[in-house]
Amino acid sequence: MNIFLAFLIGGLFGFALDRVRASNPNYIISMLKLENLYLMKAILFAIGFASTLMFAGQMLGLVEVGHMSVKASYFGVVLGGIILGIGWAISGYCPGTGIAAAASGRVDAMIFILGGLLGAFVYMLVFDQLMDSTVMNSLFGGKVTLGTIPGSKFEGISTIRGDILGIVLGCIFMFVAYKLPEKILKRR
Amino acid sequence: MEKLNWLKSGIILGSVFFIAVLLVKPIGVSTQFVILDAIIGDKINSELITETDDGKIQSTNSYLNKSGAKYAKSANQPLNYSFMFVIALAIGAFISSQLRNGVGQSEKLSPKVWNDKFGKFASERFLVTFVSGFVVLFGARLAGGCTSGHMMSGLMQTSISAYLFTFGIFLAAIPTAMIVYNKSTNRITKRVK
Repeated sequence: MNIFLAFLIGGLFGFALDRVRASNPNYIISMLKLENLYLMKAILFAIGFASTLMFAGQMLGLVEVGHMSVKASYFGVVLGGIILGIGWAISGYCPGTGIAAAASGRVDAMIFILGGLLGAFVYMLVFDQLMDSTVMNSLFGGKVTLGTIPGSKFEGISTIRGDILGIVLGCIFMFVAYKLPEKILKRR
Repeated sequence: MEKLNWLKSGIILGSVFFIAVLLVKPIGVSTQFVILDAIIGDKINSELITETDDGKIQSTNSYLNKSGAKYAKSANQPLNYSFMFVIALAIGAFISSQLRNGVGQSEKLSPKVWNDKFGKFASERFLVTFVSGFVVLFGARLAGGCTSGHMMSGLMQTSISAYLFTFGIFLAAIPTAMIVYNKSTNRITKRVK
């Protein structure tokens, strides 16, 4: 059953990434240069839409809170994000979109994946040294969410009811997506 | 660029992220690069992942061994949800692109945004994307996730780490894109035969 779901949802995800052009580096770079914000609007709306559905579903008892998986907060999260951001901006690919792009026929994306496999491998080798360094020090208490979500195994950094907060934030994300202009910086 | 509907795209993308959490768990991709590395590594060196007499899976690599050897276990049995998800991702993307006749000849080796700036020198693009891939995956593993797993899945769950990650990624990505793909310093190229 799990494997069936993997193929169903994974397939949908890959299909969606290609459909919305997230796997097209031209759109990614255009977004990052703040020229064409189509993808940013789509991504922000997607986050808000998914969030609202999930938390509303939890409150209605239709979505299992136990399905949530929140990652730990530590300094490496910011540093890793910065490092990833540099590579993302130069290539126009990230792990997921890189795979989708390669599958859609982009040869440079296939090369990206090869580089990625090496990068992940080197991380596996240096993890030992990083494990004891300050980069792994927990921030905000580890695997935490903004509010406290009823029934979740993750703590909140505030006592605000997490699912309601999630819906409010979700709506804000969707609203921002709507309000963002399609173009900020005109092409010179 | 084609005129695409951000709302339609947002609903499509958001629905998939929701369906994933509804039926299984949040979407994540970068871990599977580690898993594939482990699978290949174990093929080359069978001592990398071993099973003890009482059925415990363990690895000589501390990263694979962490959190109850969860990565080692996954590499030991790749027929699992997370790994198959990524295989299916590729298949789904393939099908979608085939339905619109692929990315086109001119995009196969390198994208227009690169060609316009640097000219169609494919080998340069390949070197750059190889290094970028290295950087992206190293950064992703350091952060504990990538744009799908950390940013989108994380933000939708109101995860604090997601906000930290998103701050980091855009802090770097926006200036980098603006500098690297700055139009005013476009290389003028002539196709040399």
